[in-house]
Amino acid sequence: MMTATRGVTAVGMEEEDAQQYSAVMIIRPLVALACSLSLLTVVPLAQAPQAPATITVPYTEFTLANGLHVILHRDPTVPVAAVNVWYHVGSGREKPGRTGFAHLFEHVMFEGSEHVAEGQFDSWLEAAGGSNNGSTSEDRTNYVTDVPSNALELALFLESDRMGYLLPTLTQGKLDGQRDVVKNEKRQRVDNAPYGQAFVELTSMLYPKGHPYSWPVIGSMEDLSAAQLDDVREFFTTYYAPNNASLVIAGDIDIAQTRTLVEKWFSAIPRGKDVSPLVTQPVQLEGVVRRTITDRVQLPRLYMAWHTPAFYAPGDAAMDMIGGLLTGGKNSRLYKRLVYDLQMAQDVFAAQQSSALGSTFLVVSTARPGQSLEKIQAVIDEEIARLQQQPPEAREMMRVLNQTEASFYRRMERTAGFGGKADQLNGYYVATGMPDFFEEDLARYRALSPADIQSAAARYLPATRRVELSVMPATPAGK
Amino acid sequence: MTAMFMTRRIRPLIVCALALAAASAVTTLRAQGPDRRQPPPLGPPPALRLPAVQKGTLANGVPLWLIEQHRVPLVQVNVLLRGGSSLDRAGRYGMASLVAAMLDEGAGSRSSLELADAVEFLGAELSTSSSVDYSAIRMSSPVRNLDAALPLMADVLLRPTFPANELDRLRKERLTALVQAQDNPAAIIGYAFPRVVFGPAHRYGTPATGLAPALTAITPDDVRAFYREHYTAGHAAVVVVGDITLADAKARLDRAFTGWSSTAGAAPTAAPIPTAPQLTRREVVIIDKPGAAQSQIRIGWVGVPRSTGEYAILQVLNTILGGSFTSRLNQNLRERNGYTYGASSGFDMRTSAGPFLAGAGVQTDKTAEALREFFVELDGIRKPVPAAELDKAKNYVALGFPAEFETSRDLAQKLEEMIVFSLPDDTFQSFVGAVTRVTAAEVQQAADRYIRGDRMAVVVVGDRKVIEPGIAALKLGPLRVVPVEEFFK
Repeated sequence: MMTATRGVTAVGMEEEDAQQYSAVMIIRPLVALACSLSLLTVVPLAQAPQAPATITVPYTEFTLANGLHVILHRDPTVPVAAVNVWYHVGSGREKPGRTGFAHLFEHVMFEGSEHVAEGQFDSWLEAAGGSNNGSTSEDRTNYVTDVPSNALELALFLESDRMGYLLPTLTQGKLDGQRDVVKNEKRQRVDNAPYGQAFVELTSMLYPKGHPYSWPVIGSMEDLSAAQLDDVREFFTTYYAPNNASLVIAGDIDIAQTRTLVEKWFSAIPRGKDVSPLVTQPVQLEGVVRRTITDRVQLPRLYMAWHTPAFYAPGDAAMDMIGGLLTGGKNSRLYKRLVYDLQMAQDVFAAQQSSALGSTFLVVSTARPGQSLEKIQAVIDEEIARLQQQPPEAREMMRVLNQTEASFYRRMERTAGFGGKADQLNGYYVATGMPDFFEEDLARYRALSPADIQSAAARYLPATRRVELSVMPATPAGK
Repeated sequence: MTAMFMTRRIRPLIVCALALAAASAVTTLRAQGPDRRQPPPLGPPPALRLPAVQKGTLANGVPLWLIEQHRVPLVQVNVLLRGGSSLDRAGRYGMASLVAAMLDEGAGSRSSLELADAVEFLGAELSTSSSVDYSAIRMSSPVRNLDAALPLMADVLLRPTFPANELDRLRKERLTALVQAQDNPAAIIGYAFPRVVFGPAHRYGTPATGLAPALTAITPDDVRAFYREHYTAGHAAVVVVGDITLADAKARLDRAFTGWSSTAGAAPTAAPIPTAPQLTRREVVIIDKPGAAQSQIRIGWVGVPRSTGEYAILQVLNTILGGSFTSRLNQNLRERNGYTYGASSGFDMRTSAGPFLAGAGVQTDKTAEALREFFVELDGIRKPVPAAELDKAKNYVALGFPAEFETSRDLAQKLEEMIVFSLPDDTFQSFVGAVTRVTAAEVQQAADRYIRGDRMAVVVVGDRKVIEPGIAALKLGPLRVVPVEEFFK
């Protein structure tokens, strides 16, 4: 899943370590990461002294008459309230000629609404000690507003005003201003980033024209230029209705008072028309799709990609674990061979990129100076074939599973921000209807057997149906 | 501690009139809805509840600082070694970073791979790294596996084997990363800007990871000698955060770290590196990147050390200038002009004075315009700051402060900061009050002293053919064009 965000990139002080995949958004969708706790019930399993604890996240949920679904979770560790809204619309809903629009729209959402003059959304929040951000993926758009707990009502006022009353004060200037910002976001993240073009190519290689995932979230410069005020109005009216959104408030809150405040600020927002589910035909590659592009880089990089099961569908967790078996840690199969033993590659990365309509499994590796992508690809093919022919060792599986479990705990420590508990509760709710899906999610991994891994590798990583993209240096080394 | 100033950082709690400039009320009061003409008033700010820091000492005299945190069944154990890349001697810049990276490439009876397997099998994470002021071995472990994980950490700290083949492997990896960095304007500027401000001799003029000549020259004996000299108990401190008590942590650490030398009679930590000479005139350096879609800009000079008495003032000052979304730089360059995805500024505070810098990636055809606006703001900040803007910044810094104490990682980082910079015990408690007391006059005086745009270095990585004429026409000062490779020598 690719995401594009609103946030400002801070000025880096010093490069401590090379960011190998700065251009590769390795982020697995937030939802996979886990839930939360604090008001966490930890129940040691009885049978084994080394058994992990189970986790539940208590929450309250209700739906307003206008269709807005609300989830509340109390965690008073720090006196902060996290207000988190997901609109169930992403770049997949964009029309032809308007790629990048969902994300451009996301930026416009911060520019004020009927009762919030331009600039005040940020000013009022900062004056209260709060912060905000937003991000857009193929499937959804999320907004995070984190405030000291005494400013919860301010955040709800601001969030509800742009949900209900964005259009009356919409201007051409707001749209044009953010259009320039978003174009610079694209220049920074894609056009001026080494290998930045690779993901633009991959989307078109993986998906047939017209498929919701066949264009990049950031869009094209041409389409960003073409966006009109009427597009903003239509998009808002169609997709930014309370019945197409879910709101999570987590942190140091009083549940009953918060419910009253939500009802006060959101109840009068009119319901919109129902949004029908995005339906697509399953996609399948009929053969190997190969492409070579050039970039202003010195080292060649190989990308291989396959279509894999959608987020939470059978096979999704197995593919996730295969990513860990191949490139998670020094002993993982591909890392050990390509980077550690043979030292042909500077890096290698493999992961399931889960999305709602269907996922992709991606393998990326950068050649060391003087090494060829052909040799690297041959090793990748060998290792995938080995996984297809023999089940992995039990210890290998356990190593990945133990890492997965520990990562679930680590990701439960933060309430606010992207990937915080509020965001995770919303993600789980959107994907499964169950905000507290932590144990169920982890259970998907615990249930995997070595044979499951072998059969998933055999079924989903065929050598005969996949995408192979090579990025080659455009000029001799050093230029 | 990384000094990133647009994101989260230290902020205290303040009790202050919120600068809610009278809500310009566009109206339409809806029949059944709430009154939206004014934003709702804020309640009293929540109290700052800082977790208690417990202090103890390991059997060999090493200080142990601990915060209990029982939300998740994990324990974070960080061993700090004072010094970091500040200890690198001339011709060997990159040594501390490479030594730290080598610690887990073989230790005790285990090879690099065996060690990684053992750690990962426990669901633990172990990392070794070095920054400017200190090196650290950090481990996070499920509490149930802590007794199995600590001996692995002890091997890494006390019994690294520094195999020659692993050194060669890491060296090649780092040399390749340096090749890759030269492809990336955002990375190039990270090498070029400090070099222009601090020069090749001063340690701050070269990234902690070092450059090819030194990396190539470092031998296994160099690594061992550096380790023996600097990884001693006398330079160490231990930070623990998690689901554990002080007594329990001390007992387990003493058991695992048996054989660690004593702090008694330890050599004093090396003297801090000298403050770099301040720049005296503005100069412009252009680094050509033909075809670049954006120009990476950094403007700055020598800033202040972490020990500055003006810490709170500078936090407020920088918040106004470029440390928040509504800061002047971001509002001007991003929101008003659309030249960039984001502009910011910050003081990178270290044991010695690190850089102050302002920067952005701006679209190529607006490079000169963007530079002009940078200087509008760098000059403008030396004029008195309006009261409402000052209040907003103070509140942003102060009221957002409690959020900085949530995760084990947050808390461990705070303890590391206190130890490495020898901060007073009440540093975090008193910060809120210090911010509350910052006045417009103090901000102006600090700006006058620390933000002198007319003497700063201006470093730009971009498409020279397109940007040079416009930059030259600004007549900012002497202009040099320097090849990318110069910054990697």
